[in-house]
Amino acid sequence: MQVPAPFDYERATSVDHAIGLLSRLGPTARLVAGGHSLLPMMKLRLAHYEYLIDINDLHEELGYVKVEPTQIRIGAMTRHRELLESPELRRSFPIFHEAERVIADPLVRNRGTIGGSLCQADPSEDLSAVCTTLDARCLIRGPGGDRVVGMADFYRGPYETAVGPAEMLIEIRFPVRPNGSSAYEKVGRRAGDWAVVSCGAAVWMEDGVITDARVGLAAVGPNTTGIPAISEALRGRPPSEEAYAEAGVLAARHCTPVTDQRGSAEYKRHLATELTRRALRRAVARIDAAPASPRAG
Amino acid sequence: MQVTMVVNGEQVTRDVEGRLLLVHFLRDHLGLTGTHWGCDTSNCGACAVWMDGEPVKSCTVLAAMAGGHEVRTIEGLPGAGDLDFGPGDGLDPIQRAFMQCHGLQCGFCTPGMLMTARALLDSNPNPTAEEIREAISGQVCRCTGYATIVRSVQWAASEMAGTRRSVADDVEQ
Repeated sequence: MQVPAPFDYERATSVDHAIGLLSRLGPTARLVAGGHSLLPMMKLRLAHYEYLIDINDLHEELGYVKVEPTQIRIGAMTRHRELLESPELRRSFPIFHEAERVIADPLVRNRGTIGGSLCQADPSEDLSAVCTTLDARCLIRGPGGDRVVGMADFYRGPYETAVGPAEMLIEIRFPVRPNGSSAYEKVGRRAGDWAVVSCGAAVWMEDGVITDARVGLAAVGPNTTGIPAISEALRGRPPSEEAYAEAGVLAARHCTPVTDQRGSAEYKRHLATELTRRALRRAVARIDAAPASPRAG
Repeated sequence: MQVTMVVNGEQVTRDVEGRLLLVHFLRDHLGLTGTHWGCDTSNCGACAVWMDGEPVKSCTVLAAMAGGHEVRTIEGLPGAGDLDFGPGDGLDPIQRAFMQCHGLQCGFCTPGMLMTARALLDSNPNPTAEEIREAISGQVCRCTGYATIVRSVQWAASEMAGTRRSVADDVEQ
């Protein structure tokens, strides 16, 4: 039987209460949201905490998708299922729906949260790749107040984030820009598994030219990886198969996969190339298909 | 610590360790052994129960986390029980469907499959085969009887189309 080592259970009734408990109990305490990453790790003794602070009662406070003119704000306790089923989110960022469909399974998605996924900082985690792709900003709250950290600074290595011991991830913000779309590609060994490699792409265009493009890869480095070189290479160019191919080559060059039970480093580089091309191609096709696009015919 | 929750419509309170998992709480503390304890790693779904009406894997929920919530197990499946008093055969339509369509072989995955399937039918009374496969994609049938499981859920859907009884009604009783 797998059970976690003994710990004391606390239940937070508000964000301030959770931060107060973290401050009082110190680094031997950990927040638990859905628990579908943390509890398995505690069962395997890969993680141990003396206190678990259950923040599921904060779902009412932190479970939301708020659409504003220039950004979408998602509360840290928003569950995978809510992200999968949000029509607003799907309209602005189809990448969310596509990624959520291949994250674990429906039962796990009923519990897991976006905040938990990000704070777990697993390099193979799909929502992290989505947030990296969309250049998300993370609102972190601690005893000293709020701060906002971009995805490039949020991750500090595998299973390590910028969230300090007495801090809590509150909200994830996604800038909304016109004439853009996105897509997600994943190769896994079986349904619901972690990625062998995943790739998110987001593209913005104007007058037939790419104004910005972003690619985020999972499972090919110590954290999910943005590839700024691809953005530089694609800006100002019309979309083309040559451009996607070039982006694919850049993806393989700038990622650092390792050989493990999910595949060889060589195979993962191949996937990084191919999935980058596919994701960019589909993101652009979506812009073309959108009624608001000047290119729609 | 003390934990209180509603299980199959009845409020229960027990003293438990913080680390106790919901699946062991149900089986060992309440004697509800219909919920099966399988892989321990949230992969197989044999331990699926409802928490506030949604299927979850009870090996990856602490009993303490279920405190204050409504849990439903296979023993509390809406149409089940009432063998002596009910109008029917004491089976929920989804149970009857698995019997009719050979939806089980060894039976180990069956309680979890039934809970997930019934939750699907409550939110989507006429699912496609693909939707059924998606709904049970977090559950493993090691006899690989997936085809008959999908067929069973479809059978239950048509059965329930005539005599549907909502879970909400049942909870309120």
